[in-house]
Amino acid sequence: MQVREDRQTAMELMERGLARRHRRERIFRSLGLAAVLVSIGFLALLFAAIIGNGWTAFEQSEILLDIDFAADHFDVDNLARADYAALVRQGLQKLFPEVRKRRQRRSLYRLVSSGAAIILQKKVMQDTSLIGTRQSIWLPADDAVDMLLKGRISRTLPENRRRLSDRQIAWIHRLAGSGRLKKRFNATFFTAGDSREPELAGIRGAVAGSLLTMLVTLLLSFPVGVATAVYLEEFAPRNRWADLIEVNINNLAAVPSIVFGLLGLAFFLDFLGLPRSTPLVGGLVLTLMTLPTVIIAARASLKAVPPSIREAALAVGASRMQVVAHHVLPLAMPGMLTGTIIGMARALGETAPLLLLGMVAFIADVPSHLTDPATVLPVQIYLWADSPEQAFVERTAAAIMVLLVLLFCMNGLAVFLRRRFERRR
Amino acid sequence: MPWLPVPLILLLLASAAFVLGRRRAFSVAAASGERLHSTAWYHGMLVALWCLIPALVISLLWLVFADSILTRLVLQDLPRQMLARGAEQRTLLVNDLHNLLAGHVAGHNIDPVLRRAAARYRALAATGRMLVAFLMLATALLSASLVYFRIRPDLQARNRVEQVARAVLLLCSTIAVLSAIGIVLSILFESIRFFRQVPLTDFLFGLKWSPQMAMRADQVGSSGSFGVVPVLAGTLLISAIALAVAVPIGLMSAIYLSEYAGPRLRAWARPTMEILAGVPTVVYGFFAALVVAPFIHDIGARVGLDVSSESALASGLVMGIMIIPSVSSLSNDVINAVPRSLRDGSYGLGATRSETIIHVVLPAALPGIVGGILLAASRAIGETMIVVMAAGLAARLTANPLEAVTTVTVQIVTLLAGDQAFDSPRTLAAFALGLLLFVVTMALNMAAMYVVRRYREEYE
Repeated sequence: MQVREDRQTAMELMERGLARRHRRERIFRSLGLAAVLVSIGFLALLFAAIIGNGWTAFEQSEILLDIDFAADHFDVDNLARADYAALVRQGLQKLFPEVRKRRQRRSLYRLVSSGAAIILQKKVMQDTSLIGTRQSIWLPADDAVDMLLKGRISRTLPENRRRLSDRQIAWIHRLAGSGRLKKRFNATFFTAGDSREPELAGIRGAVAGSLLTMLVTLLLSFPVGVATAVYLEEFAPRNRWADLIEVNINNLAAVPSIVFGLLGLAFFLDFLGLPRSTPLVGGLVLTLMTLPTVIIAARASLKAVPPSIREAALAVGASRMQVVAHHVLPLAMPGMLTGTIIGMARALGETAPLLLLGMVAFIADVPSHLTDPATVLPVQIYLWADSPEQAFVERTAAAIMVLLVLLFCMNGLAVFLRRRFERRR
Repeated sequence: MPWLPVPLILLLLASAAFVLGRRRAFSVAAASGERLHSTAWYHGMLVALWCLIPALVISLLWLVFADSILTRLVLQDLPRQMLARGAEQRTLLVNDLHNLLAGHVAGHNIDPVLRRAAARYRALAATGRMLVAFLMLATALLSASLVYFRIRPDLQARNRVEQVARAVLLLCSTIAVLSAIGIVLSILFESIRFFRQVPLTDFLFGLKWSPQMAMRADQVGSSGSFGVVPVLAGTLLISAIALAVAVPIGLMSAIYLSEYAGPRLRAWARPTMEILAGVPTVVYGFFAALVVAPFIHDIGARVGLDVSSESALASGLVMGIMIIPSVSSLSNDVINAVPRSLRDGSYGLGATRSETIIHVVLPAALPGIVGGILLAASRAIGETMIVVMAAGLAARLTANPLEAVTTVTVQIVTLLAGDQAFDSPRTLAAFALGLLLFVVTMALNMAAMYVVRRYREEYE
């Protein structure tokens, strides 16, 4: 009797506790789901913020002006010296003949980008037959006009806190109404180097700098990384030294990237005297940074080659070098390539060490040589993010979009290689 | 002869050497009737290598020593009174000369003597380049033909080629190992120069960080303006916020994905979360400065708190998002490595899933999880771009996450991003900070590896 009662209370206790325990279970589970959703939500927020800010940068407001290339305006022997800004001013005056006062005129001229004159100059230098004709030409509007059209300057703010006066906004409305002010595809963004004027700034210089830097990194880190992995995995004696080297390389992979920048500054710039701000030095430092990644990946894929293959080759009389060159390397190559691509993707997005190597300088020219001063895409993003102009915000975001697309392509290539390799096995 | 085609000519020569060597191996074997020791390919390769290597060594020597030889030759020809002014003047002179050569100096007020020296340097360099090119090609031909005429059937060509290949492999792995030593040495060396000017104790225990004051010579080392404590405190504050964000989210999502989620959710959720680790840090920096910091500032303003627009909270939060995958992916691996039988035993005793996870799976996976957290901490401490773009510059000793603090990495960048003299304490301080950063992150990595290795439970 006594025993039965006890058992009943135990069952009751358990039953009572069960509801609470199941409730805890549900809470725990939903906490886990929440954690997954929160981290994916952060990612979505990040992309939404970038794309939301950046997509407008692929369009640029341009103004259609009738430019009169009167022959008496040009000196045939010295086309570069003609006053092209005056041509732009004439074009604007023709559209708004009623604007007479000097101050008003000056604020009218400010609607067109200060780079318009240079664009006209280039056009004339390229094609001298323009002289003596009248042309309708789309010229970039000033970034303030662009921002207004894209709704990033509020029209409701009091006039003294806006970059555009009420009168300028009225002109802009007239231009837009007559179809002379439109948002068109922003080709400048892809074909120009950096500029202080947002409407003239582009990423071509930064992309070229990134490509040159990546070229140096790839050409050095892949062969050296693979050779190191092959030596350590296939030839080096197994002893304490080998262990030490392994620990060393693993640690090197976790060293903060900025420390590599310090190394580059002290060794490549100060000691060896290599030129500052160049893809050569940037590539060398990024090589040191990527090497551990490449070596670790290459060693892993060498380890994955079954020993039976080595033994079979040795058994038919191949030397150890022949075993490696003819049998092991071809099998391990896709894995090595995958690791290299992932390392290169990391290097492409790296900013911090390059800041210390002088790649933050303002460079408007597109670099074409390893020793030209250059910047790279992530550093360009950093520089633009620091600029006070509103129009640079959307350009920063757009440059980030370009960088992310490049990275997705590289990682996609790595995944593709891995998949193919796995299927063949 | 211009410099550029020399590598091309060399390559052509080497290819020709390969073809000729291979052919000679065949003809020698046919003439003597003996079998070749190695295949003819190796004979060709050996000749080609002997064509390339000496020439490459010569060009390397030229690259390394050309400048010092040329400078010395040019200086010898300068008027005596310019050289008699001591070693420092001499260094200045050499600097001027190099600036002139690199085209950094424009204008008309250049010393004509220097201008003449530069012209002479250029002329000498041109002659030197021609000489070296000639020497390279001549040695290539000579050494290749020496080997060419030594080809006999019993020449052990394969062994020799393999020796060279092995030496190249060894050289490459030495570079990889040397770079690690190079990092330590170069940073250590500059740091020692710094500690000669500022005592180590002032650096480690000083409570005031204002490197600008050291511009005045009388302030160096005496004012204690190189105290690293506030900078380190800022770094730890931001990293702590980052870990407070990343550890719960990373750990819980790892648990959910490996214990609860179905295969379909797992298949896309894990790679998606890994994207967080692949996004460049400059992008996070932009996100922090553009979205998160103003957002936190606005919220603070609404509830009546004074939040700095460069608050530690904003950069810590974004950094936390960045290191979520560091925590979650390693945790995921170790949780998956806990054997099924442990879970089954726990279920058999009537435990619910969450009880099993909390009381059985997590304790078994703890070393791996701790290792992951330590690695994430080391990433947070060494992270640069987020804090450069979203954290403050002034060193302030505070534990309030709403204030602006600075970090070690921010200070390194601000101290070095400009163009400074290389031996000012300001510049050297950055190296001391770098050494500190290196030591701290290295210790964390070592600890992580040790924990994982030492406490790893071996199942079966």
